[in-house]
Amino acid sequence: MNINATLLGQLITFFVFVWFSKKYVWGPIVDTLAERRTQIADGLAAAEKGQAAQAEGEKQAAVIIGDAKVQAGDILGKAEKRGSEIVDEAKANASVEGDRILVAARAEIDTEVSKAKEGLRSQVSELAVAGAQQILKREVDKKAHADLLGDLAAKL
Amino acid sequence: MASEGTLTSSGYIKHHLTNLTFGCTDDGCGIAHSAEEAKEMGFWAIHLDTMFWSIFLGALFLFIFARVAKNIQAGVPGGMQNFVEWIIEFIDENVRGSFTGKNDYVAPLALSIFCWIFLWNFMDLIPVDVIPEFAVRALGIPYMKVVPSTDPNATFGMAIGVFLMVLYYSIKIKGFKGFSAELTMHPFEADNILLKILFLPINFVLETVALIARPISHALRLFGNMYAGEVIFILIALMFSGGFGALFVAGGVLQFVWAVFHILIITLQAFIFMVLTIVYLDMAHQHH
Repeated sequence: MNINATLLGQLITFFVFVWFSKKYVWGPIVDTLAERRTQIADGLAAAEKGQAAQAEGEKQAAVIIGDAKVQAGDILGKAEKRGSEIVDEAKANASVEGDRILVAARAEIDTEVSKAKEGLRSQVSELAVAGAQQILKREVDKKAHADLLGDLAAKL
Repeated sequence: MASEGTLTSSGYIKHHLTNLTFGCTDDGCGIAHSAEEAKEMGFWAIHLDTMFWSIFLGALFLFIFARVAKNIQAGVPGGMQNFVEWIIEFIDENVRGSFTGKNDYVAPLALSIFCWIFLWNFMDLIPVDVIPEFAVRALGIPYMKVVPSTDPNATFGMAIGVFLMVLYYSIKIKGFKGFSAELTMHPFEADNILLKILFLPINFVLETVALIARPISHALRLFGNMYAGEVIFILIALMFSGGFGALFVAGGVLQFVWAVFHILIITLQAFIFMVLTIVYLDMAHQHH
């Protein structure tokens, strides 16, 4: 219970401890708490910003989707129109082509027919001559009667 | 229990209330072997137990807190960091509430005072005989008073430290003139020059007494509370000396009840000391 030099020792210790706690304890911890406070505030602000951006984005997306729908409708209409045009064109082309093929086929048929007629004519003339020989039982001079036979063949 | 003395109640109590004192007498220097010898050593003696425990506890507090402060991160705090931050914010709130001036030293000062005194007082909850008995039997140290706040040197050391800061900031903030005016122009005021001069010594005496009373009451409040608590613990501990019986059981119950009550006291005393420190420093920072 005596007051003695312990008092001075305590006094000095006290000031050293206060200095130490200011420098190495209070300062860094309070700074960090302040830093965390700003971090949280920043985070909240960023979240708010993000929400606003999202709302804005949704709005923009709706506009873009609307535009896209209109465009898609346009494109669909155009495509349908173009399609029917192509079909019409194809139809026209096909009928022209058909006509052409028909004409060509007819021409070919005509030539075939005339060729066949030619063949038949020569064979008929020979048959006629042979028939006449048989009937006349004599030699018919092919040369002397060529004109006659030619006429006959032409009549067939 | 005194290694050389017989076991009497008064001897037991006296032994528990004697510090391990190092100092010099006419016979030479060394550790005092009795309270009388310690008294004889006069002012230039030192209580080794008070110094050791107070520095040990203060260093423990600073070590824990500084380690947390060193590894602190602004992200999600861990367990110890959480605890430290909780205390820091509690102190910060109190300082903000009571201190209106601007001084970066007040908050760390309050923190050191609160934690340091709390740890001092906490030593009171360790059963009174544990550490002294260990000191006698294992280390051969005759006296060991483990609660620094039951040594007026410790409480006065701290209160005077605060008082010096109050004086320093009073003069720094208000100027020597302002501080002198504060001491001499209150509480009796007058416009008349003659009356002013007449009131000057009266005011000075009143204000000086009020000023000096502050650190004394500051220190004695803590010391008185802790000393009384310690004495009651010692008295309860005396009940165990009669061997196992009704008194022994009663002592156990009392010890428990008083210890639980003391948890409140030690925290409250640390808190009161801290708040008064803040208030005194706030007064030092105020202009009139």
